[in-house]
Amino acid sequence: MIAFLIKRIANAMLVMLAVAFFAFMIFRFVGDPVEMMLNEQATQAERADLRAKLGLEDGFLVQFGRFVTNAAQGDFGISYRNQQEVIGLIAERFPATFELVIVATIISLAVGIPLGVVTAIRRGAWYSEALQFLSIIGVSLPSFVVGIVLILVFSVTLGLFPAFGRGETVQIGWWSTGLLTELGRAAILLPAVSLSLFQITLVMRLVRAEMLEVLRADFIKFARARGVPARIVHFRHALRNCLMPVVTMTAMQIGNLIAFALITETVFQWPGMGLLFIQAVTFVDIPVMAAYLCIVSFIFVALNTMVDIAYAVIDPRLRGANG
Amino acid sequence: MMHETRGFRDRRPEAGEAPPALEVRGLTVEFPSRRGTLTAVEDVSLSIAPGEVLGVVGESGAGKSMTGLAVLGLLEPPGRIAAGEIRIGGRRVDDLPDREMERVRGREVGAIFQDPLTSLNPLFTAGAQLVETIRIHLGLDRRAARERAIALLREVGIPAPEERVDHHPHQFSGGMRQRVVIALALAAEPRLIIADEPTTALDVSIQAQITALLRRLCDEHGTGVMLVTHDMGVIAETADRVAVMYAGRVVEVGPVAEVLRAPRHPYTRGLMGSIPALRRRVPKLTQIDGSMPRLNAIPSGCSFNPRCPQAGPRCRRERPALAASGAGLAACWLEQGGVE
Repeated sequence: MIAFLIKRIANAMLVMLAVAFFAFMIFRFVGDPVEMMLNEQATQAERADLRAKLGLEDGFLVQFGRFVTNAAQGDFGISYRNQQEVIGLIAERFPATFELVIVATIISLAVGIPLGVVTAIRRGAWYSEALQFLSIIGVSLPSFVVGIVLILVFSVTLGLFPAFGRGETVQIGWWSTGLLTELGRAAILLPAVSLSLFQITLVMRLVRAEMLEVLRADFIKFARARGVPARIVHFRHALRNCLMPVVTMTAMQIGNLIAFALITETVFQWPGMGLLFIQAVTFVDIPVMAAYLCIVSFIFVALNTMVDIAYAVIDPRLRGANG
Repeated sequence: MMHETRGFRDRRPEAGEAPPALEVRGLTVEFPSRRGTLTAVEDVSLSIAPGEVLGVVGESGAGKSMTGLAVLGLLEPPGRIAAGEIRIGGRRVDDLPDREMERVRGREVGAIFQDPLTSLNPLFTAGAQLVETIRIHLGLDRRAARERAIALLREVGIPAPEERVDHHPHQFSGGMRQRVVIALALAAEPRLIIADEPTTALDVSIQAQITALLRRLCDEHGTGVMLVTHDMGVIAETADRVAVMYAGRVVEVGPVAEVLRAPRHPYTRGLMGSIPALRRRVPKLTQIDGSMPRLNAIPSGCSFNPRCPQAGPRCRRERPALAASGAGLAACWLEQGGVE
């Protein structure tokens, strides 16, 4: 088990190092940072001075090493655009994205699991077929289209929910939350629904497939033979046996959602990390881009590693050499 | 051990006046399919008295498990009961709506399936599954149900039941798991148990223990048992009477000793011939040539005629019905005036 842990974590670190390398390469490809940071009247001496201060005279590996060391400590440098610590900018934006993703995940589970169960146990009924068909549409609709349609219907036409922004937020320490105010809750609904639509279909299809598998199991037949009512057979005995893969997928998808949130955040002008990134791209704010890349990758890698480890804890067979 | 079982004995019916635990009349099970209707069970009639073990024996696909599932009301759609009546303890159950059948299953009729490894839900403890069953049918509170669960586990011979009640299925061996399954089947004191190949998946050394346990419990509780198996040895040890099924029909019924000593139907003789005898040296086990006909290609006349060593022209023309023969019934022209 210890060997497995070390191996998994070493793997994760290797991946992060590779990501850091790509993030670092952006700096070198997008041109001379000194040119971007100083105005045109700067003297040669000032340029050389800044160059030395930024460590740009050092060799490639030394610079990369410094970048990794700083990044590991949360220091991604200073934003070119607003001259603030990058990590501070991200910390400010992270709660917005995180809340959006969590609410979207809860919606997708709360809607997707019951739909999956219903379509599995009422296989062949017209509404199951209809849901199956709709889920294909749900999978294939791009999320910006969903977002725009939601805004059009619920904000513009019906005027029920705000079309953009976080509404009102409350500060708790460094964390800003919109979930505690009514305006904040109203504001999060549309972007969360738009973000969760794809997940709902994913969860529904996964639960349906797993349920169909489990319902064929002998213990389901035996539970029915013991006189357990159908409702309990479906929701206690069958569903619980389906939840493992659902939990796994949900954990993995949180990474995806954070990445996909970029589009939703843009559509809804949601002040999260994704929006920060898009703005950074517009202004060629390289430190912010590099930091975003590293942090999103870190979330992905961390979630994957945790899922792997959780699996090994649950199933001893996975602890072997080929894990 | 006896004091554990006192509660179960209350419902034991008085011999003679009680209705049969199971009575099946003219049961026909059909599977409609695109290429026509398959008849898996045809015109089967059986009856099991309280406390009696009826062995149902036959090759795979003879319709014996299907008969059991029909009694339980668990036929997989599109399978359906096309004709006949099923009565459990005198009450007709084949026409009950699903909701009411749920209350019959477990309460009036219990089931034991072939594979104890897969019959229990892996995520719940043995106790949780017992308590669930007991509470559904007997409406006890949680503590009383748990007490009863422990008593049941003790009764089926599980050592240290107070501890074992909280174990998950994977912590039990195969034989122990089948004991848990039996405890589950008995949890609400049903009148009847359908035991479908209860020992097939177990080690030979465990098989005898499990059949003996089943036999003893049913004697004590007055529960009727339909013991479905392809193993004549299990029948010989456990059953009171035996029904031999072939291609969806009952071809011979009679008291076990009688059928074993003097089987009337050539198919029964064939089945008996395939049991190895320990005393005698047999050069080769007899086998029944050929295989059972597929459901969509059952021959006319007696369905066994293509494989029967004694078949005559009449066997290919007319189908024999069950008729008294010796101490039981047999569906064979040999017993009913010849094959010519």
